[in-house]
Amino acid sequence: MALMTSARRLFHVSFREKSLRRAETLISATNTTLWNLSLAGQRMACIRVRDFSTNTQPLRADNKVTVHFINRDGEKISVKGSPGDSLLDVIIDQDLDFDGFGACEGTLACSTCHLIFEEDVYNKLGPITDEEMDMLDLAYGLTDTSRLGCQICLTRSLEGMTARVPESVADIRQSGDGSS
Amino acid sequence: GFYTAQHLVKVSDVSVLPSPRFEPSGLGNANPQGPDWCHTFSPVDIYERLPVPFGLVRFGVAPDHPEVKNVINTFTQTAQHARCSFHGNVRVGKDVTVEELQEAYHAVVLSYGAEGNRTMGVPGEDLAGVYSAKDFVGWYNGLPRNSELRPDLSCETAVILGQGNVALDVARILLSPVDILKKTDITQHALDALAESSVRRVLIVGRRGPLQVACTIKELREMVNLPGTRPEMEASEFEGIAETLKSLARPRKRLTELLLKAAIETPGEEELERRNRAERAWGFRFLRKPLEVLPSTDLIRAAGIRLAVNRLEGDGEGVRAVATGEVEDVECGLVISSIGYKSLLIDPAVPFDTRKAIIPNTMGRVQQTAGLYCSGWVKRGPTGVIATTMNDSFDTARTLLQDIGKGTLDVSTVKPGSQGVSALLEKRGVKPVSFSDWEKIDSEETRRGEIKGKPREKMLDVGEMLQVARA
Repeated sequence: MALMTSARRLFHVSFREKSLRRAETLISATNTTLWNLSLAGQRMACIRVRDFSTNTQPLRADNKVTVHFINRDGEKISVKGSPGDSLLDVIIDQDLDFDGFGACEGTLACSTCHLIFEEDVYNKLGPITDEEMDMLDLAYGLTDTSRLGCQICLTRSLEGMTARVPESVADIRQSGDGSS
Repeated sequence: GFYTAQHLVKVSDVSVLPSPRFEPSGLGNANPQGPDWCHTFSPVDIYERLPVPFGLVRFGVAPDHPEVKNVINTFTQTAQHARCSFHGNVRVGKDVTVEELQEAYHAVVLSYGAEGNRTMGVPGEDLAGVYSAKDFVGWYNGLPRNSELRPDLSCETAVILGQGNVALDVARILLSPVDILKKTDITQHALDALAESSVRRVLIVGRRGPLQVACTIKELREMVNLPGTRPEMEASEFEGIAETLKSLARPRKRLTELLLKAAIETPGEEELERRNRAERAWGFRFLRKPLEVLPSTDLIRAAGIRLAVNRLEGDGEGVRAVATGEVEDVECGLVISSIGYKSLLIDPAVPFDTRKAIIPNTMGRVQQTAGLYCSGWVKRGPTGVIATTMNDSFDTARTLLQDIGKGTLDVSTVKPGSQGVSALLEKRGVKPVSFSDWEKIDSEETRRGEIKGKPREKMLDVGEMLQVARA
C-alpha cells in the first residue's frame, strides 16, 4: 500500500502496530486522498497527506500560524503554532492552562479537548472520523461546530482562526458567593 | 482525588489546599499572617488505603484501554509537585479517623469512590459461578482483595446483567483473543484462566430496551469489531426502533444505528464470511430482569438464570420496565452482575445517605460538617467517565477555595497537618508509603512486565508491595 508506506516515511513518531491497523482501516474506509489523517499513538499527531508525487516542504521557523483561543473566562489568547501540529499540541506547547484539557493526551480516549469553532472555520477543518465522533458525542455542550482539538491539524488556511474552550460541566453556581 | 489536588495545587492565590484522592486526605496548615497569608502555601496531602495510587484508573479501566490511563501522567505531575505529598498504606477510618484528620487539617476532602456494589437481591446469588462485575474486574485488574477470586470459566455461556460500559468491558475481556490480551497489563493469573476458558457465548442482559442501553458507542464498536466473534441478537427485540432514529439526538442516534446494524442488518459478503468463521458470539438481550440464579443438580454452582420478561411503558425519559408475568430460563455457568457500584460508609463520624449511597452534600460541602468536603463518585453516585469525575473534582476544589476566600472555611489557626497525622500513625505502627516508594513498585512492575512483553505485571499482594516500597 503506497499510501501507508509514504505515511510511514512522513510520520516520524513511532506508534504501535494497532495504530497502523486502525490507520489502514481509516484509509480504506475513505477512498479519497486524505486531507488530514491522525494516527493513534502515545500522542495523537497530525500528518499532512496531500499528494504523494511531491515531497513535503521542510518546516522552517518562520512557517508559523497564529490562532486564537477563548478560554472559559472569556479571555482571548493568541498563540503561534507550526503547520502539522494539532491544536492540542499548540495548547500544550504554549502552556495554555485549560483545566483538564487533553486528559488522554490525544489518543481519542476522552472528550476533554473539545473546542467550538466558527462555522466558516469548521467547514474548512476536514473530515471527521467515526472514532473522533464517538468521543465527541460524549462532550458536554456539544454543538454543530464542535471538534476535538487533538484531531485538528494546523494548516496555513487556519491562520487567524478563533476556537472557544467550552465549559466542561454545568456550572450550578448562580452567584459568586457559592450559594445555590 | 488527584484531580481535586491538581486544581488546588495550581491555584496560587490561596494558602490552604486540601488534596483528596481515592481516600480522604488532609490539608496543611496555613500561615496566619493577616492579609499576606494568601501567599504562603500549604501542602496538599493525599491519603490512600493501598500502597499504590490511582484507584479506578489502575483497577477499573480495562487492560486493553491503555490510552485511558494516560491521565496517570497528569496525576504523577500533581503528586510530584512540591506542595503535594502522597501517603499510601493508610486506612482512613481505621489507622486514622476522619475526626483526627479534621483536627490536623483545615479541610478534608473525601473522594474514596464506591467500593461496594449493588446486589441483584435474588435467590442463588451466592452460588459458585456468580460474581459482581466489580469483583470480576478487580480480578483481572489485580486488585489485591480479588486476587483469589478464581472464577470458573469452564462453561459455554456467560450471562452479564447490566448494559453499561463495565458490562461491555467484562464481555470483551471474556471473548477477546488471548493474543491481544497478553500484550496488555491484565494480570497473569487472569490471562492464564482466560487462555483455558470454555466460554463461547456472552449475553448482555438489560431490564429495558435498546434505546435505554447505558453503554457508549466506542465500547459497542469494540464489540462489533472484536476479532473471532460474531453478534447474535433477536430481531424481535428491535421492533419499532429504526422508526425512532430520526427523533434522537446525535449521540443516541449513532449508538442505536450501530446497534441495529450489528443486530439485524444483513451483512455484506466479507462480514458474513467473517461471522461464519467466528467461534465466539455475543449479544444484547433486552426487557429481561433476573429473578433467580438456578442451581446445578449438586446445588453448589450456577447452572442457569431465570429472567422475568418485561415490556416498556411510557416514553422518553419516563420509560419504565414493567413485568409481563412471563418468565424465561437461560442455561449458563457464569453470571456476572454489572448493575452498579455503591459507596460505603468510611467512618461513623461522616454523614452518609444510605438510600442514595452517597455523602450528603451541597456542591461538595458535606452537610452539617464544616471543613469536610467530598468529590467524585462518593459525592455524585457511581456513574460517569473520567472526564465527568474530573470536572466534578475541579468543582469541589473551587467550592473549597471559595469558602476560604469568603471566610466560611477558617484557616486562621495553626494546624499540624501531616506531621500530626504521622505522629499518630507511628504510634499505631502504621508506615505510610510515599510517592517515591510507589515509584519503586512502579519500576518493578514495569520491569516484570517487560520480560513478558506487557506494559507491567501488577503485584497482587500488599505485603509484596510494601516489601518493594521499603527496599
